[in-house]
Amino acid sequence: MRKILALIIATSLFISCGEDQDDNISSNANISFKLSHSFNDTAVTAENFTDLDLTNANGEVLNIERFRYLISRIELINSSGLAYKLKDYKFTDLAEIDSYNFNGDISIPSGNYTLKLIWGFNEEDNIDGAYQDLNTASWNWPTPLGGGYHFLQFDGKYNINTTPTAFNYHNGTARISDGVFEQNFVTIELANPIFVTNNTSIELKLDIAELFKNPNTWDLNVLDTPLMPNYSAQKMMQENIESVFNIGEISN
Amino acid sequence: MSCGDKESDANVYEPIPYNLEVPELFQQKLIAPLIPANNKLTIEGVALGKKLFFDKLLSSDNSVSCATCHNPQESFSDNTVLSTGVNGLIGTRHSMPLFNLAWNFDEKFFWDGHKFSLEQQALEPIIQANEMGNSSWEIVENRLQNHPEYPKLFKQAFKTSTITKTLVTQAIAQFERTLISGNSKFDRYSLGQETLTPQELDGLDVFMNEERGDCFHCHGNPNNPLWTDNKFHNNGLDATFTDLGLGAFTGDPNDNGKFKSPSLRNLEYTAPYMHDGRFATLDDVINHYSEGIQNSPTIDALIKKVNQGGVQLPTQDKANLKAFLLTLSDPNFVNNPQFENQ
Repeated sequence: MRKILALIIATSLFISCGEDQDDNISSNANISFKLSHSFNDTAVTAENFTDLDLTNANGEVLNIERFRYLISRIELINSSGLAYKLKDYKFTDLAEIDSYNFNGDISIPSGNYTLKLIWGFNEEDNIDGAYQDLNTASWNWPTPLGGGYHFLQFDGKYNINTTPTAFNYHNGTARISDGVFEQNFVTIELANPIFVTNNTSIELKLDIAELFKNPNTWDLNVLDTPLMPNYSAQKMMQENIESVFNIGEISN
Repeated sequence: MSCGDKESDANVYEPIPYNLEVPELFQQKLIAPLIPANNKLTIEGVALGKKLFFDKLLSSDNSVSCATCHNPQESFSDNTVLSTGVNGLIGTRHSMPLFNLAWNFDEKFFWDGHKFSLEQQALEPIIQANEMGNSSWEIVENRLQNHPEYPKLFKQAFKTSTITKTLVTQAIAQFERTLISGNSKFDRYSLGQETLTPQELDGLDVFMNEERGDCFHCHGNPNNPLWTDNKFHNNGLDATFTDLGLGAFTGDPNDNGKFKSPSLRNLEYTAPYMHDGRFATLDDVINHYSEGIQNSPTIDALIKKVNQGGVQLPTQDKANLKAFLLTLSDPNFVNNPQFENQ
């Protein structure tokens, strides 16, 4: 009975996400997020990202020209397992510093939480052409590849000290064969405890170098472009993406 | 005194808000057009902007207007490689077509993006020696101020008959924001009102397919009917640059050779192509991406098969791509009497 009651409470709280929470909650906290980016230990910012010479796990020296990505269903989970969805989706362009920061759409009770998010869109949300802001950003994924939206657009050149060659590490729905597709999003749950009180800022760190390792050491000489229609490349990306995020500084 | 003010206020003409007609497809797919809060469209402001756009009085010798280089029948571009301004002076870049400008959310205008906002953009040609050739804006303001009609028209549009360059460019920008093109064959196909031929559909696949043309990363897609990303790219025109493009503006060598992606909508009417008008035909453009790519340090990573000179499209793919691109033509836009000098 207790389990059923907990389930009902959990369900009602989850459904109410995006709306004001229960009036009985005495101390609600507003959450802001700050995205930061690195390549291993090198900070990658809007100001420096086109100037960096970076070496991936396979030893290729590369430059970044463009790095844009989508995360969605950004939730904080409390110690009882209740989920508060703070943002439906967030599109970030490394070149646009204004896109690094965002606020949660709802306030939540103070307390301890963990962070959960989806890389890209899940099947329910990845609706072709449905999001005007993402369409305007030309973020769409081609219909013959399953439609919907890109999850990542990472363009640059590798072997820059010998024979600079382009790579287009683009991630989205995986095409198995003509008309047959496999969802390729990643559910990411970060175990780090986050104590939330009043106005809390959460730094979410993305390590770009992880895209090239763990578990798949990426050889750009073999997999540079085109990768969008390459099923196995898409699934390798999905595996590598699992480890790109970490929680950084929490400030209250 | 206060009674006099009230009477004066009561006599001030209130301009009528202009209802911008956003195409159905744009309403479905795109965020709302960007209209600056300090320059909302009014019927009087748009009409004044149109009159100014077509008026050669804005040039130093009364020989050219905005429309001279931005001809409605050519999708507000012109068919010369480089436009000719006053005294026969030639410009340095090809005239950009003008439409759907309120959906350029970065608001970076010109081929190299060096002006922020349409209003700022319109300030420049008036005093460029090889465009409208005036030695100062003050001369133009005085010329308009002494005109028999303009003071009254500014009064109706902006509640003041004192003509300034700010108001002149605001009026022109208002008119430019009404230049909306959203009724091509492909637009109607997207709305389920028309069908495409097998050739056009295969051309769309060439456009969207990373293994074929891969045009869509910079030039929109069926869900982005602007057919441009409004960003800046080096698309492999030259191995070395005589025009640095965006790099000359930002001073960043990483930006050298980058120019704004033009929209592919209405390209049937906008030849010649590229920032310097080097390609006379659409076939020349397709051949460039297929076999004519020149490598350089800033070439965009989205340009495929650079070491082979391009994406190597078979002849049939080129023909199909061209057939698709021509579905983006909007003859109703280039023949719209609302946009013509009357």
